[in-house]
Amino acid sequence: MRRLTPYLLIAPSLIFLGVLFFVPLVETVALAFQGGADNFARMRDDLNFNDAVTDTFAIIVIVVLLQLLLALVMALMLRHVQVGRGLVLWIWSIPLGVSDLAAGLVWLAILTDRGYLNTVLAKLGVISGPASWLTYETPATLLAAIVVAELWRATAIVLVILVAGLELIPKEFGEAADVFGATPWQRFRRVTLPLLKPSIQTALILRTVLAFEMFAVVLSLGGRNFPVLMSEAFNWQYAQQDYGVAAAYAVVVMAVSLAATAFYLVLLRSPAR
Amino acid sequence: MIRSVVLGLALLAAPALARAETVFLSTQLRPVEEAQKMREVILKDFSGSVDYVVELPPQLPVRIKAEAEGGKHTIDVVGALHGELQPLVSMNALAPLDSLAASLRDRGIPDSLMALGRFGTEHQLYIPWMQATYIMVANKQALPFLPQGADLNALTYDQLAAWADAVQEKTGKRLLGFPAGPQGLMHRFFEGFLYPSYTGGVVTPFRSPEAEAMWTKFAALWKGVNPNSTNYNFMQEPLLAGDVWIAFDHIARVLDALRQKPDDFVAFPAPSGPKGRGYMPVLAGLAIPKDAPDAKAGADLIAYLAQPATQIATARAVGFFPVVKAELPPDLDPGLKLGVAAIERTQSAKDALPTLLPIGLGQRGGEFDKVYMDTFQLIVLRGQKPRAVLDREAETLRRIMTETAAPCWTPDPASTGACPVP
Amino acid sequence: MTGRRALFAVGVAVLCAWTLVPIYLIAAGAVGGQAMANAWPKPLLPPSFSLHTITDFFAIAGVWASALASVEVALLCVLFSLLLGLPAGYALARFAFPGATAYRLAILVTRAFPVAILALPLTVGFIRLGLYDTPLGVSLIHTVLALPFAVLVSSSLFAAIPHELEEAAWVFGCSGLRAFLRVVLPLALPGIAAVAIFAFVISWNEVFAASVLTVRHKTLTAYLLSVLSESPLHVQFAGGFVLIVPSVLFIFLVRRHLFAMWGIASR
Repeated sequence: MRRLTPYLLIAPSLIFLGVLFFVPLVETVALAFQGGADNFARMRDDLNFNDAVTDTFAIIVIVVLLQLLLALVMALMLRHVQVGRGLVLWIWSIPLGVSDLAAGLVWLAILTDRGYLNTVLAKLGVISGPASWLTYETPATLLAAIVVAELWRATAIVLVILVAGLELIPKEFGEAADVFGATPWQRFRRVTLPLLKPSIQTALILRTVLAFEMFAVVLSLGGRNFPVLMSEAFNWQYAQQDYGVAAAYAVVVMAVSLAATAFYLVLLRSPAR
Repeated sequence: MIRSVVLGLALLAAPALARAETVFLSTQLRPVEEAQKMREVILKDFSGSVDYVVELPPQLPVRIKAEAEGGKHTIDVVGALHGELQPLVSMNALAPLDSLAASLRDRGIPDSLMALGRFGTEHQLYIPWMQATYIMVANKQALPFLPQGADLNALTYDQLAAWADAVQEKTGKRLLGFPAGPQGLMHRFFEGFLYPSYTGGVVTPFRSPEAEAMWTKFAALWKGVNPNSTNYNFMQEPLLAGDVWIAFDHIARVLDALRQKPDDFVAFPAPSGPKGRGYMPVLAGLAIPKDAPDAKAGADLIAYLAQPATQIATARAVGFFPVVKAELPPDLDPGLKLGVAAIERTQSAKDALPTLLPIGLGQRGGEFDKVYMDTFQLIVLRGQKPRAVLDREAETLRRIMTETAAPCWTPDPASTGACPVP
Repeated sequence: MTGRRALFAVGVAVLCAWTLVPIYLIAAGAVGGQAMANAWPKPLLPPSFSLHTITDFFAIAGVWASALASVEVALLCVLFSLLLGLPAGYALARFAFPGATAYRLAILVTRAFPVAILALPLTVGFIRLGLYDTPLGVSLIHTVLALPFAVLVSSSLFAAIPHELEEAAWVFGCSGLRAFLRVVLPLALPGIAAVAIFAFVISWNEVFAASVLTVRHKTLTAYLLSVLSESPLHVQFAGGFVLIVPSVLFIFLVRRHLFAMWGIASR
């Protein structure tokens, strides 16, 4: 009976997903492959495909790495906050409650030609009037802008997972390390980090998978200038009404997400206890 | 926590409400204020009760198709643009409205508009609801820079380019704007304004020498355009913010600017090219899905919306104008008056070249638009040579036309069979 | 020593400011009206203060009903995510069974494949299941979206709770389930809290499925967010701001549970 327990425990979720999600999923994937590889060929020949691929990867690699670092620093800092720790955690996780639309909107208001950033820069005398950061003539600043906006919007996802994970590391382990004369850095590297590995793995997987799927902020700031895989999939589905090519893009997104997940699973492997 | 769970389960178990309301699904009048006006002002005097539901245009065909496949129909009346109703025709999802059309004959809806509502078949598939077009708006501060001898209401594209250059020279900023953002209507500019004005057609002259010259000129004109244009979906925001002084857009998307600051702006027709002043009307229509729960109530609602008084109320609310014979009252707000005047001047211009909406494209309308937008992106934004791009995109266009077998539409010369792309 | 403390405090303050300034700007945009949206240079304080855009939202027909629907859907999503996700997370943490990795990947496929592309078959499926245009239906699809969080987060957190604690309970005569409920679950509170937060927020902010799978029973979020993009800028800010409040409130209510009970006491 014991052997069956894990399968019994995962069965409800599998049945649930199967009925509600996998059935339509299989239909749609079949649609992508209808007529052989035609849809994929159309997708690849599209003028935006190459840009979409490079843009998506650029964003994901930069943003996910930065967010992991930032969230780790914030989670560790939180441990040492003595007064109002709950309040600080709440403030730092407020962006979680902000919808994509509102996040895109506010960062556009900050970074647009006549926005808040330029107001401050003009007051400081760095620029003389409204300056463009988000056009097709300024691809580097556009990328930086999107990175900053995404950093603001989604670091809280990683933060919440890491905070919950950190809380479960028994204080005694760290104290023992102190007794043996470990420096804070050594304590972090030898005690905290390994025990945090499952949480880091989970946070990276979820954040990366989500990142492949999100495009609202990119669309707000970049318009047509910054295609990503997901925005192209959306356009093919809804603007061009070509469900086949849209499904092809979605299959690509899925394949790459799963590949990234497998990568994290192998890299950050922890045995079950 | 337990209480809310119980409450929730109780709500879920409640039986579905009895159907008393006519469900009116619309892709127009979506923003919160406009939907409120629809409910509180426009639908006020209707004899039945209406549940007004808004829908994002891309989701309309998905929903209709899903309801048809799933066998559950919830919608009595669909209100949408001509281009948005077109995919529904190829899905065979609309009920014929011939008897309703006959009963509305005394309203004075022009035959040309009724013909569009037939989509090339023998049945009336939608009743025209409201119409609009695209205009240009300029901040009065830009007027001093108009080229010598140019008449604002009869500009040419060359004069527009010179105007934008003059503005840039004197102010140092690029203040001409186009709605080239992801949800902008830039494709209509190419399909209904630029192409007809330079080549006299839309599909057949796609890669003609006139088209090549046109793109070269437009790429030069783009040098005076605010580069944020690829982010603009609605020109009213940049106009109000002063980022743009001269703009082209659908009247409903500049109306806010005209209404808020009518003394700061002027509205005028789009420019003309060597072959005339091309313009494209926008037409919204009302249709009844097949197997609608209450088709009779739907027909009553359509008849109500086609009354002159209702049409005038709609015009006041959203800047879409009546299709029936209705005199707009003289007490319109000044911003709306500006827009109306520009539209009238467009329609009555001596060199006006009306371009019809595509009729036979079915579900491929979006792909058709993409051909023109991709051409724009490659030639104007990425600086590629027009000849090579036009030849390449013409192949895609040819494929779409042959696969849909759509015949040519005005101003292209009529074709037998699919519209050719020589 | 105080120098370091001060530096630390400054760091925390800077991070708080970084988070809060855009929220303030959304609020300012919501009450500042059209004038503020178009001004240059942008004022830091709204030049005119008017709550009328925000109060106008509450006067829209049906807004309270759809707000209630949103809350209902989000809470159901939390409930279902916990019911389905916690057992699965426990299984992944405690048992090394064949198919565990395959299961992990299968769970993730639901987030790896964008829901927006599934519109047509999903809607048809829901019609056939009788879930079309119901809050329950929407909450189920939201649960699908939240499940990867529920399973993976809870599994990584169960993994951190020593198995010895349960074994000790067994020694003392507790059944497996009772040991889980009385020993493991209280310690897993941070994980449960994290899952609840994600489930609520994902459901609350979800726009696509909520708008395509309903006709007359839309959630507030779906209705507002899908039409806001055509409204003037200050209305968009007002809508965005109104929608932030409930999810931020929920996070506030749950925040304390992100800290293990004994963790706080012993600091």
